[in-house]
Amino acid sequence: MAVMNMIEAINSGLETMMQRDENVVIMGEDVGYFGGVFRATAGLQEKFGKTRCFDTPISECGIIGAAVGMCAYGLRPVPEIQFADYIYPGMDQLISEAARLRYRSAGEFTAPMTVRSPVGGGIFGGQTHSQSPEAMFTHVSGLKTVIPSTPYDAKGLLIASIEDNDPVLFLEPKRIYNGPFTGYYDNPVSPWSKFAESEVPEGHYTVPLGKAKIVREGDAVTILAYGTMVHVAKAVVEEHDINAEVIDLRTLVPLDIETIEESVKKTGRCMIVHEATRTSGFGAELSALVQERCFYHLEAPIERVTGFDTPYPHSLEWAYFPGPVRIGEALEKIVGDLKS
Amino acid sequence: MADEKPKSNLPPLTLHVPEPKFRPGDAVDYSDLDIPPAGAQVRPDINTAPQDMRDMVYDMIRVLDDDHKAVGPWDPKLNDEILIKMLRTMVQVRTFDDRLHRQQRQGKTSFYMKCTGEEATSVGTAMALHGDDMCFPSYRQQGILFVRGYPMIEMVNQIFSNKADKLKGRQLPIMYSSRELNFFTVSGNLTTQYPQAVGWAMASASKGDSRIAAVWCGEGSTAEGDFHAAMTFAAVYNAPVIMNVVNNQWAISSFSGFAGAERTTFAARGVGYGIAALRVDGNDPLAVYAATSWAAERARTNQGPTLIEHFTYRAEAHSTSDDPTAYRSAQEREEWPLGDPIMRLKRHLIQRGVWSVEQQEQLDAECLKAVKEAVIEAAKNGILGHGLHQPFETMFQDVFEEMPWHLKEQAAQANKEREIKWPS
Ligand SMILES: Cc1ncc(C[n+]2csc(CCOP(=O)(O)OP(=O)(O)O)c2C)c(N)n1
Ligand SMILES: [Mg+2]
Repeated sequence: MAVMNMIEAINSGLETMMQRDENVVIMGEDVGYFGGVFRATAGLQEKFGKTRCFDTPISECGIIGAAVGMCAYGLRPVPEIQFADYIYPGMDQLISEAARLRYRSAGEFTAPMTVRSPVGGGIFGGQTHSQSPEAMFTHVSGLKTVIPSTPYDAKGLLIASIEDNDPVLFLEPKRIYNGPFTGYYDNPVSPWSKFAESEVPEGHYTVPLGKAKIVREGDAVTILAYGTMVHVAKAVVEEHDINAEVIDLRTLVPLDIETIEESVKKTGRCMIVHEATRTSGFGAELSALVQERCFYHLEAPIERVTGFDTPYPHSLEWAYFPGPVRIGEALEKIVGDLKS
Repeated sequence: MADEKPKSNLPPLTLHVPEPKFRPGDAVDYSDLDIPPAGAQVRPDINTAPQDMRDMVYDMIRVLDDDHKAVGPWDPKLNDEILIKMLRTMVQVRTFDDRLHRQQRQGKTSFYMKCTGEEATSVGTAMALHGDDMCFPSYRQQGILFVRGYPMIEMVNQIFSNKADKLKGRQLPIMYSSRELNFFTVSGNLTTQYPQAVGWAMASASKGDSRIAAVWCGEGSTAEGDFHAAMTFAAVYNAPVIMNVVNNQWAISSFSGFAGAERTTFAARGVGYGIAALRVDGNDPLAVYAATSWAAERARTNQGPTLIEHFTYRAEAHSTSDDPTAYRSAQEREEWPLGDPIMRLKRHLIQRGVWSVEQQEQLDAECLKAVKEAVIEAAKNGILGHGLHQPFETMFQDVFEEMPWHLKEQAAQANKEREIKWPS
């Protein structure tokens, strides 16, 4: 075991897989010599050489398209897109190609690639360094979407993603790279080293895709969250002293519907929290599923707490972010009757 | 199958991954950089067909020689007044960059980007255009705004994302916009402005207008598909557009080889598309001005697009989030064989006998005073993260022309949260 922050855990996951499988290659803008703008690939070029970890031209379409071709050859590429906000020029290669290769060739060609990319706001990055576009990908058949919330999960899920034989989008919440986040942006960040989830095995292990994690047990309400919002939701629940069950989905597609169903049937209430915009967000899908499967167990309408349907603003970042006030209000609304 | 041995006795294939010549600590030697003497380049007639001027893309237009004289057919023969204006504008840009960079370091805003060493590529180009020509900049062409007289205080308001920011605190610092000055809103997504500029130029042509478009991107950004889409459209429709590639050698930590510079020049991209292309010493403000004038006249007379590569050097970090000492040799800047655009123009003016060291000192002091004043004034409107923001409902405006019900509901929610967080 070693103590790692999320970046170090991701770096360790990449290193572990490069060591085990010589078909694993890493490429992306500034990932080679420099080791990535967030340092996730630091040291890998030095260790494994330039043909295993290399810089690319600034062309997201080229990066993902080339990864598809490398997959066709038999490699297992792990391309990095510098910010999820910059993935759009690569969308055609990802959606029309990588995601459908298996289907359209009846399994002759597959795309076992893992596209890593930082998501989310909270760093005053403005509208092109803050987006959470996960729902655009969960809407695509043939793509898996994974979002870790701790260093331990990040490494285990990353290894499982790389070993998976289908294309995986691995979205890293950049706000929690260095430490979990309570939603109080003016408080200093507590580093991961202060938390048990920073204990990460040095070698190979996996956290299976499609398996959610109950991060806090409770019976008053089920809160479904992922990434940064897992920590914010947990902090708010504790602040309001509500015995909520908080579920970290970890993988959006394929979704761990069993864990969700079981929990909502137990609590009778469901609240969904994500940072992404509301309309057609992944919360809409979750809400529909819970309604379809748990309708007769629900004691209150499902609540969705999300970012607003605007581009991510710069100066009003914290007015945009679904923080403690927005979550707290929804929480009081959904369990208010339990308190009286 | 991937693991079968090669079938012939040929040596196995190898993957080429570009590598810059110098890394941190390396001694820098630019002796194999091909820099032609100033004044030696022919200036083709403005109606020369692209295929008859292909040599230009491997050459380098230079006007200021080692004795600081303006020489050769590309000398734009500008009068003293214009030259002094050019110098003043470049000095103002650099002073502004230094001062605002420092504001970011002091925590007054989130981010800043300088254009140090590259001032000529926006000041020289913008001065050679008409004020009503449309500019589609990247994030490093603040010089255009200075040429066109945008008030510094507005720039600082935008950088501080404060209540007087005309962009309502929505954009990352330096992502300016000014419709009034024909300066298109800067995007954070690279090279998107390229096909847009071509489209604007096509519109101008289709309306029988006289205005042309100009667009800028970095050399790294030429790898994006948008660049190539723009080149194709510009060629197909003979669009009146000037396409500038600012080759400052680096794209964050990636050297120009990752955009193809190991094989050919960026100007040479024009050849394949049949587009007239020029390669210019980007640290020579007179050469930049002359090349732009040439391309502008060509565009204005229905002779279509020109691609211009400005060969320059990114003297400082990519942005406040970057540390170049981690990936390149500090000597690169010190040894850069094309010098510094401000120094070169200053020496030229002194050589002409119309400028002096004292005048330069006075100019530096004036520019510093002007930017300090702008910063003080702008700070009265607030700095990032210290209240004084735009009203919360502005966050929901301009998503659409008219606000739909769901945004109205969300705006009400945002205001309610504000009351809870900061009860009045
Ligand atoms: C589509 C897209 N991909 C990646 C980025 C991240 N990024 C911002 S600037 C930059 C380097 C650009 O280099 P260059 O085009 O040479 O311009 P310079 O910064 O040198 O002026 C990168 C990779 C981005 N902003 N947009
Ligand atoms: Mg560059």
